[in-house]
Amino acid sequence: MASRAQKTSAAVKPKGHASCNGATKASRPASAGSASAGGPALSTDQLLELYRAMLRVRILDDRMITLQRQGRIGFYGACTGQEAATLGSAYALEPTDWIFPALREASAMLLRGFPLVPYLAQVFGNSADVTKGRQMPSHQAARAVNQVSWSSCIGTQLPQAVGAAMAARLKRDRTVFMAYMGDGATSASDFHVALNFAGVFKAPVVFVCQNNHWSISMRTDQQTASESIAIKAKAYGFPGVKVDGNDVEAVYAAAKTAVDRARRGEGPTLIEAETYRMGAHSTSDDPTRYRDPKEVELWKTRDPLDRLQARLLKLKVWDARRDEALRTELLGEINAAIKEAESYGPPADETMFEDLYAEVPWNILEQREEYLEYLRRAGPAARGDHA
Amino acid sequence: MPELMYREALNQALAEEMERDHRVFLMGEEVGRYNGAFKVSQGLLDRFGSARVVDAPISELGFAGLGTGAAMVGLRPVIEMMTWNFAILAMDQIVNNAAKLRHMSGGQLRCPIVFRGPTGIGGRLSSQHSQSLEAQYAHFPGLKVIFPGTPKDAKGLLKSAIRDENPVIMFEHEKLYSVKGEVPEGEYTIPIGEADVKREGKDVTLITYGRQVHFSLAAAEELAKNGIDAEVVDLRTIRPLDEERILESVKKTNRAVIVEEDWAFCGVGATVVDLIQSKAFDYLDAPVERVTQLPVSISYAANLEAAAEPSVPRIAEAVNKVLYRG
Ligand SMILES: Cc1ncc(C[n+]2csc(CCOP(=O)(O)OP(=O)(O)O)c2C)c(N)n1
Ligand SMILES: [Mg+2]
Repeated sequence: MASRAQKTSAAVKPKGHASCNGATKASRPASAGSASAGGPALSTDQLLELYRAMLRVRILDDRMITLQRQGRIGFYGACTGQEAATLGSAYALEPTDWIFPALREASAMLLRGFPLVPYLAQVFGNSADVTKGRQMPSHQAARAVNQVSWSSCIGTQLPQAVGAAMAARLKRDRTVFMAYMGDGATSASDFHVALNFAGVFKAPVVFVCQNNHWSISMRTDQQTASESIAIKAKAYGFPGVKVDGNDVEAVYAAAKTAVDRARRGEGPTLIEAETYRMGAHSTSDDPTRYRDPKEVELWKTRDPLDRLQARLLKLKVWDARRDEALRTELLGEINAAIKEAESYGPPADETMFEDLYAEVPWNILEQREEYLEYLRRAGPAARGDHA
Repeated sequence: MPELMYREALNQALAEEMERDHRVFLMGEEVGRYNGAFKVSQGLLDRFGSARVVDAPISELGFAGLGTGAAMVGLRPVIEMMTWNFAILAMDQIVNNAAKLRHMSGGQLRCPIVFRGPTGIGGRLSSQHSQSLEAQYAHFPGLKVIFPGTPKDAKGLLKSAIRDENPVIMFEHEKLYSVKGEVPEGEYTIPIGEADVKREGKDVTLITYGRQVHFSLAAAEELAKNGIDAEVVDLRTIRPLDEERILESVKKTNRAVIVEEDWAFCGVGATVVDLIQSKAFDYLDAPVERVTQLPVSISYAANLEAAAEPSVPRIAEAVNKVLYRG
C-alpha cells in the first residue's frame, strides 16, 4: 500500500487544485460570490481553474468523436453539455476520496490530476493504457486517482460505492465516495438498493444523478412518475437536492455541502443535477431521429461553458483575447497528447491471459503457451476476422 | 426466394405473430420509438401501438418479471434484452421463476414467454458486452434455448418460440443482424430441437451454431481446397439437442470438431462431446476437438479481441488434428 501511495503521488501532480491541498484552502481568496444563493462558494481562481477544465473536456470530447468517425477508436460517449455537473461535483472531493462514475464522468480523472496521455491511451486501448487495452472508451479508470471504471451495466456502481463507503467507516477513515448515475439509471434495482442501504447505514456517500433529460431515446418521464429524482431520497430517509446542473457554482455548492456532511458522518445525500445531453447518446446513436432540434437549441442557450464564461467576463477576470488563447492552447495540448497516445503499439497478445486471477493458474498458463505456439506456427494468418 | 437481413427476418416473425395472435406483445428497452437498439422492432410501434410494443424503463430484472407475470395469466410476451450481458441482471426472474413455474406449481401455471436479444463478440465492446452465455441458460431444466445462424432459421425459430408453451431463450449474434440470406416467402416455422446440415461432407463433422456457422462454412471451403470434405451441422437449438442428427453425421464421418464462441469450460461443446463419447464412441477415429473462445475475458483492443475468438485458421487446425494431418 505504501509503495502504491508513493507511486501515486509521483505519477499524479494535482496542478493548482485548491481543494486538493489543505494549505491552499486555508489561504483561499474571498469568494467570488456565487451566482446561486448560499452554500460553499468558489473563488475566482477556482472558477478560472474549472473553466479551463471544462473547456478542455469539451474540446477533448469533440476530438474523440472525430477520431471515432475516422475509425481510430472504437466507441465514445461524450459529456458535452454536462461539464459543469461532472466537474463541479468532482471538484468538491479530496484526492483521497473515491469516484464511482457512470458513462459521462471519466474526465473527472483529469481534474484530479491524471495525465492526458495515458488517459487517451485508454481510449485507444494500447500498450500505454493502464487497463491494458481491456476497457472500452468512456470507461477510463485509474487507481492512482481513486476512480474506478464504469460498469457497463447501468446502476451496478451504486451499491458498490455504498459498500466502499461502509468499508471506510469500518476502517475509521474519513474518505467520501461519490457515485454518479444518469436519470435512466434511477429505474434500475441497484439504484433503489443503494439508496436504501446508504440510508440505513448512514454511509459516507454522495449520489450525483445527472438528469440530462434522456436515456438514449427515452425521456425522463418514461423512466419515472416521480415529480423529480431528488425527491426519491426522501423515501430512503436522507436529503435529496435538485440543482441547476449547468451552473457550476450551484453544483459545487450542493456537492461540497453533501461531501462535508458525509465526512462528518451524517450520511448520504442525493443530488439531482438538471442538465442536458447536447450530443448523441454515444457514437452508435443518431438523436435527430427521436429528439426535437428545438429542444437542443433551447439548451444551447444554457450551455454551462457559456454561462461560466459570461460569469468570468462579468467578474472582469476574463476577456475574449484570453479565451481565444486558452482554446488554442488546449487544442494544441490535446492534439499533441493524441499524437503521442496513438503512437504506442497494441498490447502484447500474451497480456490477455494476465489479471484473471491474482496469480496466473497453471491451466491458463498452459493455454497461453498453446496459443503462443499456435501463433508462431500459423503466423499472421492466425487471427480472427477483426484483425 | 427473397434475400433478407437477419434483423429483417426477425422483424417479420414478430409482425406475423403479433398479427396472428393478439396475446403476443413486445417489451424491452428502446423497442418502441427507437425501433430497437438493433432495429429488430422497426415499424412495430406504428403498426401495433404502444400497448403491444412497450418501451420499458431500464430494469432488466423488472421487465423480465413483468413478462413472466403476464405469461402466467395468459399473454405471450416477447421480452427483448438490449444484450444478454445485461440480462444477467434478470437471471432471478428467468431462472428461478419462468423456468420453474410450471414444475413448482404442480403443472397449474404456465409460462409461455420468449426472452431474446443480441449476444457474442460484437466488435471492440470489451468484456461486459461480449459474452456468450448460452451454456448458462441451457443448463436449466425448464428452459429451451435457440441460437439461429441464418435469417431463415431466425424467422422460423422465433415463430416457433412465440407459439411454444414454455419459456424460450433466444440468442441472436450481434454480428449477424446485417447478414443476408434467403428467407422463404409465406408462412413457415422451424421446429425447436432440430439441427440442420448446412453443408454435406464425408471426412469430418463440424458441429456448430450461431455466428460460428459462418466461420465453419468458410473453414470448410478452405479445407476443400486441400481435399478435405467437411460436413457442417448447425445445431440451431442448444436445448433440447438434436441428438439424432449429430450422431448420424459423426457415425458417417467418424471425426468431429465442435466450433463455439463460448468458453470451453462447461460450454455447450462439452455436452456435445459427452453425447458423442457415450453414444458413438465406437465410431470415432480420433478424439473430438473443440474450437472455442480462449479462457480470458474479451478486451477492447482489436488485436486481443481477434486473438481470443474462434477463427477460420483455428478451425482448420483442429480439423487437421482430428485427421492426423499437418
Ligand atoms: C443494465 C443495462 N441495461 C441497458 C443498458 C443500455 N444502456 C446504456 S446507456 C443507457 C441509457 C442510460 O441513460 P441514463 O442513465 O439517463 O444515462 P445517460 O446516457 O443519459 O448519461 C442504456 C439503456 C445498459 N448499459 N445496462
Ligand atoms: Mg440521461
